[in-house]
Amino acid sequence: MAKRIESLIIIDNKRLNNEYFTLELSPDDKIPEMKPGQFAQVKVEGSPETFLRRPISIHDINPVKNTIKFLVQIAGKGTETLSKLKRDNYLNIIYPLGNSFSLPPKGHKPLLAGGGCGIAPLLFMARYLKENGFSPDILLGFRNKERIIEFEEYVELGEVFLTTEDGSRGEKGFLTDHPVLKSMKYDMVYCCGPDPMMRAVAAYCIKNDIACEVSLENLMGCGIGACLCCVVDTVKGNLCTCTDGPVFNIKELKW
Amino acid sequence: MVKLGFSIGDLHFKNPVLTASGTFGYGSEFEDFLDVSRLGGIIVKGTTMEPREGNPYPRMAETPSGMLNSVGLQNKGIDYFEKNIYPKISAYKTNVIVNINGSYIDDYVALAERVNSLDRIPAIELNISCPNVRMGGMAFGTNLVSAREVTRAVRNVYSKKLIVKLSPNVTNIAEFALAVEEEGADSISLINTLLGMAVDVKRMKPVLSTITGGLSGPAVKPVALRMVWQVARAVSIPVIGIGGIMTADDALEFILAGASAIQVGTASFIDPQASVKILEGIENYLSAKGFSDIREIIGYINK
Repeated sequence: MAKRIESLIIIDNKRLNNEYFTLELSPDDKIPEMKPGQFAQVKVEGSPETFLRRPISIHDINPVKNTIKFLVQIAGKGTETLSKLKRDNYLNIIYPLGNSFSLPPKGHKPLLAGGGCGIAPLLFMARYLKENGFSPDILLGFRNKERIIEFEEYVELGEVFLTTEDGSRGEKGFLTDHPVLKSMKYDMVYCCGPDPMMRAVAAYCIKNDIACEVSLENLMGCGIGACLCCVVDTVKGNLCTCTDGPVFNIKELKW
Repeated sequence: MVKLGFSIGDLHFKNPVLTASGTFGYGSEFEDFLDVSRLGGIIVKGTTMEPREGNPYPRMAETPSGMLNSVGLQNKGIDYFEKNIYPKISAYKTNVIVNINGSYIDDYVALAERVNSLDRIPAIELNISCPNVRMGGMAFGTNLVSAREVTRAVRNVYSKKLIVKLSPNVTNIAEFALAVEEEGADSISLINTLLGMAVDVKRMKPVLSTITGGLSGPAVKPVALRMVWQVARAVSIPVIGIGGIMTADDALEFILAGASAIQVGTASFIDPQASVKILEGIENYLSAKGFSDIREIIGYINK
């Protein structure tokens, strides 16, 4: 898959709540082949304080509309600026970058487990699993009911289980407390979210001998394996999150 | 057709745009974005005798108009380079230069000897300016006696072109340039990164695992330019300007101040095509100004 650098036109910028928005973009020509788990390096114009590109995972693609979608959490100046982009503005991105989630063996039951902004790459993965004949269950964790996003999108693709930390909707507690995770009916878990959440899911999977892939979100410089800034300590030594990841099998990590 | 080439002794470069060590991998990382063979040269990732894991994560911090890094020379060592990288990189139709590092003078010497035997590597860049290693690196480049010693030792064993990369973390950089010139350097490249740091106020701790790191990007450009100007006036060997070059105009500033060539560094992280865009921009500038040879404008402001 050749990497491209290009400016895409913004088709839609949809505000989900005070913290999240989605950007839907379209290139001039056909969108390249992309796999779930991959990401783009997004250029934020207009301020010397947003000097480097922002790595943002590919939330979804729509080959019919010829669009790709990002789910973005406003976390700082860069994402704040992106949240203000309007329809017909252009956004310069380098994509598709990184490796991708792998498909489980035929007949296996996958679980997608995402917390907060970590749900972003899992929508694309859920669609991909469904297209390949799997019926994924989807476990999503949020802080409270006001922060629940994209629920309807996931419902279309599998059975969705919810947790909120305050119990305002779904099961109360962390994602790792949900009984569905402990039901032992899964052969494969795909996980993305805050570091402590991923570590807890990984620990559970290791203990119960369940295959598990996590998508990491390290600070990045270039996104193409040149600067060696985004490394993660693995059993094979320091590997680049941007090119060797962002998806890692938990057996590779020293968690 | 504008002439863009320059030479270090009898080593010819087809144009003055090189890529800085540690910002361009081994070239292959950029093949989807540009034709590496169009460049005047590429300087590959800092290499050591033994493999190095570098410093712990986090080793990068974004700062206004720049970034700090403390990668710490992560590389797989010269054996791996020779076996796995060298055969591929030799196919590029450009000058491939190895940036060499060590903790002790003996390491530099042993490495220079190894690289001397690689036919397709016509030059080395002696890195005495890495701010992110516990031993060696910048320690050599910020002490006149050590800078002389390591340059002399490497010169004794290395028969091809020797470029010495200077640290900006000194009071009088021209002194260092003159010293390494006297010890036999064929060219000088500068600047390596400026020692800096960042503190995460929310978490109340340093951003980098190493606390300090090297600052690069447009933030350092005025400092780099001043130092290149000082060095170019002091020495008679070719000077290669580095530091925050993002555009052709940035590159031209260095050339007008006395640099024979430039290296594109951090810019490649933001725009992987920056180096070729800069090359095209330099050519357009010269044509528009009516110059037929880039040598007419090297050090133009000093004339």
